Amino acid sequence: MFTTPFDYRNAHSVQDVIEWLQEDPDNTKILAGGHSLLPLMKLRLSTVSHLIDIGQIPELQGIVLSDNELRIGAFTRYVQLVRDPSVALAAPLVAEAARVIGDLQVRNRGTIGGSLCHADPAADLPAALLALGAELEIAGPAGKRREDIDSFFLAPFITTLAPGEVLTAIRIPRIAQGARSIYLKRPHLASGYPIIGVAAWVVLRDAQVDSCRIAITGIGSVPFRAFSAEQMLVGQTFTRDVILRAAEQVASDQSFDDDDDGYKANLCRVYVTRALAALGNQG
Amino acid sequence: MADVIGSALKRHEDVRLIRGKGQYTDDIKLPGMLYAGIVRSPHAHARLVKVDVSRALKMPGVVAAFTGADLKDEVGFIPTAWIPPDSDMKMPPHPALAVDMVRYQGDGVAVVIAQTPAQARDGVDAVEVEYESLPAVTNPFAAAQEGAPLVHEDIAGNVAFHWKVGGDVEEIFNRAEVVVRQEFRQQRLVPNAMEPRSAVAQWNPATEELTLWATTQNPHIHRLLMSGILGIPEHKLRVVAIDVGGAFGSKISCYPDEIIVSWAARRLNRPVKWTETRTENFTVTSHGRDHVQEVALAGTKDGHIEAIRVKTYANLGAYLSTAAPGVPTILFGLIVNGAYAIPEASAEVYGMLTHTTPVDAYRGAGRPEATFLVERMVDLYAHAINKDPLEVRNINLIPAEAFPYTNPFGLQYDSGNYQGALAKALEIVDYAAFRREQENLRQQGKYIGIGFSTYVEMCGLGPSEVAGAVGFQGGLWESATVRVHPTGKVTVFTGASPHGQGEETTFAQIVAQELGVPPEDIEVVHGDTSKIAMGWGTYGSRTTVVGGAAIHLADQKVIAKARKIAAHKLEVGEDDVEFEQGIFSVKGLPARAVTFQEAALDAYLAWSLPAGMEPALEGTAFYNPENFTYPFGTHIAIVSVDPDTGDVELMRYVAVDDVGVVINPMLVEGQIHGGLVQGIGQALYEGVEYDTNGQLMTGSFLDYAMPKARFFPKFETAHTTTPSPHNPLGVKGVGETGAIASTPAVVNAVMDALAPFGIQDLPMPLTPRKVWQAIASKGGHMHVHDAI
Ligand SMILES: Cc1cc2nc3c(=O)[nH]c(=O)nc-3n(C[C@H](O)[C@H](O)[C@H](O)COP(=O)(O)OP(=O)(O)OC[C@H]3O[C@@H](n4cnc5c(N)ncnc54)[C@H](O)[C@@H]3O)c2cc1C
Repeated sequence: MFTTPFDYRNAHSVQDVIEWLQEDPDNTKILAGGHSLLPLMKLRLSTVSHLIDIGQIPELQGIVLSDNELRIGAFTRYVQLVRDPSVALAAPLVAEAARVIGDLQVRNRGTIGGSLCHADPAADLPAALLALGAELEIAGPAGKRREDIDSFFLAPFITTLAPGEVLTAIRIPRIAQGARSIYLKRPHLASGYPIIGVAAWVVLRDAQVDSCRIAITGIGSVPFRAFSAEQMLVGQTFTRDVILRAAEQVASDQSFDDDDDGYKANLCRVYVTRALAALGNQG
Repeated sequence: MADVIGSALKRHEDVRLIRGKGQYTDDIKLPGMLYAGIVRSPHAHARLVKVDVSRALKMPGVVAAFTGADLKDEVGFIPTAWIPPDSDMKMPPHPALAVDMVRYQGDGVAVVIAQTPAQARDGVDAVEVEYESLPAVTNPFAAAQEGAPLVHEDIAGNVAFHWKVGGDVEEIFNRAEVVVRQEFRQQRLVPNAMEPRSAVAQWNPATEELTLWATTQNPHIHRLLMSGILGIPEHKLRVVAIDVGGAFGSKISCYPDEIIVSWAARRLNRPVKWTETRTENFTVTSHGRDHVQEVALAGTKDGHIEAIRVKTYANLGAYLSTAAPGVPTILFGLIVNGAYAIPEASAEVYGMLTHTTPVDAYRGAGRPEATFLVERMVDLYAHAINKDPLEVRNINLIPAEAFPYTNPFGLQYDSGNYQGALAKALEIVDYAAFRREQENLRQQGKYIGIGFSTYVEMCGLGPSEVAGAVGFQGGLWESATVRVHPTGKVTVFTGASPHGQGEETTFAQIVAQELGVPPEDIEVVHGDTSKIAMGWGTYGSRTTVVGGAAIHLADQKVIAKARKIAAHKLEVGEDDVEFEQGIFSVKGLPARAVTFQEAALDAYLAWSLPAGMEPALEGTAFYNPENFTYPFGTHIAIVSVDPDTGDVELMRYVAVDDVGVVINPMLVEGQIHGGLVQGIGQALYEGVEYDTNGQLMTGSFLDYAMPKARFFPKFETAHTTTPSPHNPLGVKGVGETGAIASTPAVVNAVMDALAPFGIQDLPMPLTPRKVWQAIASKGGHMHVHDAI
């Protein structure tokens, strides 16, 4: 399998990337881990004339934990998320989701930024990042901006990232004290991507839900938050009945493509239930 | 020296293969070599309006580009090599590059040849092809219906052949107490060998010889067919299979690609290489199975099966691949009674052309399709008469004293003890305890099931007279030369062509045992028509059965001659010489001895040979088997089904196989494991899908579910040993048993688990969604009920 011809440049700063992207915006792509982009190029589903490698830009690397926030450079590979102690401390959900992406080779190459910018509706990490309320740092010709991840995904493979913009970092608020969290994935038998992946956390106070979040990937056209179920849960005693009702809520709030038989809605119910039940059992 | 036969020697070939030192066809680099890329139809059925290579010819590095029109007058049609008797078979013309019509997605329309593979690929994109798209048909039953689009205009109703065997069973069905009918869909599968296909051709203008290195299971068959297609005489054509990374039947066929590079290498007088991409492997390398079967079974209320009747629409794809017509006929129809003493049987097969990738042998080739239907029918019959499936098997299995057993189609099953294998399996699985546990769990809303497959299969095809009688256009004997060198080292030449199975080890074990030479002193050579006079290759679990037997015969010739030399040296009569563990000694006087190596040296020095004896020491034998061999056994699958998701979990898998004498238990174990994974893959995961236009929807590993190691429990394997009386080693084939036996065992187990929902059959693969839908449609669990 061979790509169409392209030239390759190695950027050393975000500024390089922004400038180079402007030279031929329609035919230029950023290369991160290459685990989505290169297969597309080899299948000639994507024809790119210029590749800009962002693997050697210090600003895009590193994981820094401050008092209330974790900052992860966009070019952080999955394997680093899995191993990093501050991720384990402040955002264990991210490590848990990264751990079940693809196989070892994929995790050694793929990056958090690549996953977000590629916006595959069946990517694992977005669920965890939605559940944690991440914020994205983006740089472009017009300067820097920040965006809440809730509004970032527009459609399959489409985000709010404008041509010429670079995702530089992901900021994740430290998960609430005492929170229990889980990422529950149902891998596709062939591809291993999630058919559904549920990321959830809950803080219980005297068996009552103090706060919680649920985000789901794989099964919809974009990863989404289960807002109404979250609201429903807050203040409730975390019982089997309450969990079932919350799961029912998630499934009925959504409409799924290709679901005449109701299988996807059912999976949604089953996986939300299982994820929440597992949280109940974690205590 | 301990016995070498029966010991778990590590694979000799692994020393190179697992260190990355194997030499595969794509590793070949020749001076001046060019690379070919093939332009393939995106349509399943279309008229070729225009194929214009002029733009491609201007691309950097492109040396040449050819279309079907260029090849038409110089390259013959690709024939099939199997013509089922009395079937009125029509062989549609199969050009290496399409001329005016394309008939499946991937059908080749042009070839671009360039300095580098990447330039060839760019050149392919630059070829301008205009297609007039036409309606397509992909399902073999649909292809037989009135008004279905025709694949070949001259072949009415898309029926390439109609073949029928067996007696008239109607009368039995009319008066039977119980008749069970079921339709089965053997879905289409992609063989997915790890190494994609590749071919390198080199023309020598001085000697007018063509050498083709190719990923083939049968270089001599390739040479025979290609000689006819290319018009190059057989003695000027050399076909070489170096290391081949798996095939499962998909490298039997003579493919257009190999013909194209051969023709182009001669035309351009430059070596040309073509290596397929994984995408091409999915779209153009032969697929397997794909039947629509209508099956009926007649029996008594008390469990005696009286007759089985099968009508099959077998999908052959757009053209007839090399062994394709034999797979759903001879290798399928003749054994639909399975391991059961069913007095009457009939099988009728429509060989259907469709707008799909050609279908050919795939691990098991015909026998899985037969085994599946009979093993499933036994379960359905048991259900219909309210008996335990095990009881029905016990009633109907061929008894041990009935061997050799002649089945309703005249096949003679060589040897067997089916009850013995079943008993051994039931030592491993406590059936009564399972049923108790199953009942308990059902009370709790949990569903587990058990499935049996008490199978028999036929392999190691032969004798050649039978090959001829059943329409195979070749012999099915095998050749071997055992060449002893002056130092007593041995080179073995075999006409079989192993490609991953490990016979470089197994064959060395046979020779080591028989000649008393250490295995490391033996090299096995295969896969090169310039080194091996003739051979028929590796498929159908024939390699050790037929090829191994040929080696045994060659060994005997070597021993006979060496014995004469030893006797001469020891100055005794030949009859006074014993040969054991590599030493010739005088009977009763073990100190008076000559080693095998000394005899070999004497044979080559020829200073003092018995009068009239020719120098040198080697034996050549051609073994024509007396019959097929019939491996058998009992497989038991235990599954659990999650009604919330439809997930099937394989909890236990027990395989008791009788493959006759075992030469290397580790290799046998490996063959069984691999076969199980493929057979279970068919039951639960794998399946090709086309859309209504004939577009392959499962054309990559993103959509086609290859089984992964983590899907499986640890397999529990065991053996019984019933030697085959038909061959001198007592071996039976083992390459396919796992794939043949396991599919119905797993489906039977899932249906057993689903019995409380009133579900008796579902089409494979039993994907979670399908299983869940079936449960839901029977009013099963729509809500989540699992433990919180
Ligand atoms: C075999 C295999 C299995 C896989 N399994 C899974 C799985 O189970 N779950 C899962 O979630 N994913 C899976 N993936 C996809 C994998 O996670 C990819 O690595 C990921 O989607 C893309 O990350 P990347 O760093 O490789 O990005 P690349 O492929 O390099 O880039 C992807 C896209 O994002 C753009 N881009 C990258 N970084 C930036 C940036 N900083 N700013 C702006 N644009 C950027 C690129 O231009 C490109 O368009 C699998 C991939 C493979 C090959």
